[in-house]
Amino acid sequence: MRQLQQSEARAAWVFVAPALGAIAAFLFAPVAASLALSFTDFDLYAVADARNLRFIGAGNYTTLLGDPLFWRALRNTAYFALVGGPLSVAVSLAAALLVNARLARLRPLWRTIFFLPVVTTLVAVAVVWRYLYHPRVGLVNQVLAWAGITPIDWLGDPLWAMPALIGLAIWKGFGFNMVIFVAGLQSIPARLYEAAQLDGAGAWQSFRHVTLPQLAPTAFFVAVMTMIGSLQLFAEPYVMTQGGPSNATLSVVLLMFQEGFRFWNMGYAAAVAFALFALLLAGTALQLRLRRATGEQGA
Amino acid sequence: MSRTLRSLLLHAVLVAAAVLTLLPLVWMLAASLAATGGSGDLAAALRRPTLAQYRTLFERLDLARALANSAGLAAAATAISVTVNALAGYAFAKLRFAGRDRLFRALLATLVIPGQIGMLPLFLLLKELGLVNTWAGVLVPSLASVFGIFLVRQYALAIPQSLIDAARVDGAGEGRIFAQVMLPALRPILVTLAIFTFLGTWNDFLWPLVVLTDDRLYTLPVALANLLGEHVQDVELMMAGAVLTVAPVVVLFAALQRFYLQGIVTTGLRE
Repeated sequence: MRQLQQSEARAAWVFVAPALGAIAAFLFAPVAASLALSFTDFDLYAVADARNLRFIGAGNYTTLLGDPLFWRALRNTAYFALVGGPLSVAVSLAAALLVNARLARLRPLWRTIFFLPVVTTLVAVAVVWRYLYHPRVGLVNQVLAWAGITPIDWLGDPLWAMPALIGLAIWKGFGFNMVIFVAGLQSIPARLYEAAQLDGAGAWQSFRHVTLPQLAPTAFFVAVMTMIGSLQLFAEPYVMTQGGPSNATLSVVLLMFQEGFRFWNMGYAAAVAFALFALLLAGTALQLRLRRATGEQGA
Repeated sequence: MSRTLRSLLLHAVLVAAAVLTLLPLVWMLAASLAATGGSGDLAAALRRPTLAQYRTLFERLDLARALANSAGLAAAATAISVTVNALAGYAFAKLRFAGRDRLFRALLATLVIPGQIGMLPLFLLLKELGLVNTWAGVLVPSLASVFGIFLVRQYALAIPQSLIDAARVDGAGEGRIFAQVMLPALRPILVTLAIFTFLGTWNDFLWPLVVLTDDRLYTLPVALANLLGEHVQDVELMMAGAVLTVAPVVVLFAALQRFYLQGIVTTGLRE
């Protein structure tokens, strides 16, 4: 028996070894090294010869805090996450309610259509939307012209560039959260609605007092995931605006990419990466706390 | 409001939303079938559709190579990572070893770390190993994933232990139990994981962009972004490139969406 247990444990370690090895070597170690890197002046000269590397303490972080470009990237990314995220969640919820409506026919068809943008390649659809946003011949302005709205230079106007990226992000992503919301809606017990009806609640009141509270855990999960995704904004500005016009769509990851892989300021770029990580952890913690606070209120 | 009227209204909204959702993709496809400069008047262009843009992509711009690169890389990443994650996920669910649950919890905690954080040192590491600008370099971050291990483990937990015990009594070794008992039992979740991995690798942009410098090795997204630099005025050509990039994953999704959507729901709601 003992021997059997030993052989089981031995097999287990053999089975987990490849996965643990890969994760340790290619995720863990680089993240730790990234923190170390952020305290050095690793640049083009160090890429050529590691002897040029110097430890500069918190130097990169002080530079970062005084860098208007970093603050700009941070503001832009926060804009994208805090405006785009909730909008995207709202659209997902609306789509889920539509697809899941009792009267709706052909549910799988609608679900598939709304989900389709999720599986498309971000770079490819960003290229497509770049042309859709063309000020003169783009489809978006043509549609708006029917409604009598004067053409907008979506990607060329610093005021409109970020909303344009948010538009693409909502279109690309709402189907994913919709699927999760539909599952959440379907797990609400029917007797809750029956009870509400008996109490004389109308459609809006059942939605307000049954659907929304029951859906709250799902909504929090979805909000956290959407925000984490939003903070990693990169391909859209890379393809559509290169961070412009006048840095209006420069994101934190785009800044990291440019500093690290264009200018080879890797120490500085690592500091940017860790600032992003801190932001992400703070955001997640904040939402968890919010969830707990509202959860207690609801109970 | 009568039931019929409400139903009509609901379906009108559904149709409108579906049209809005499909419009960018339909426009992409239509513009890709127009002659150069023809996307301004799509109605006219579609009366005489042409494959000229696709011919240019394949004959002059060598996008067939990028297509093959993307397919090969996504297939390799899928085969490797499904195997590695299945082994680990099964072990974490069903095999007893010291420190198992603590180790698994530690792994789960790393889910909050976005891949970009370690990207710079990983690049330097690959440079030391001579793996920059190679397939191996692109594959390295997707060899195993915590998410994949989690997915397999959750599914494996529900598989009856008696299945494994019976095989042990019959004298089967641990390797054979995995291959002949567990793999068939895990099949549905492995298909889900395979689709996730394939789509994820196919659609990935930032990492291949960083690692690949030789345009003969480019994946489709990188090749497409690169093409945009030279051909930004050639709307129809760019749309053909976008169709080429998007079509395979859309077809794959359409064929296997049952597995894919089920996977999202199980992982999305497990929180």
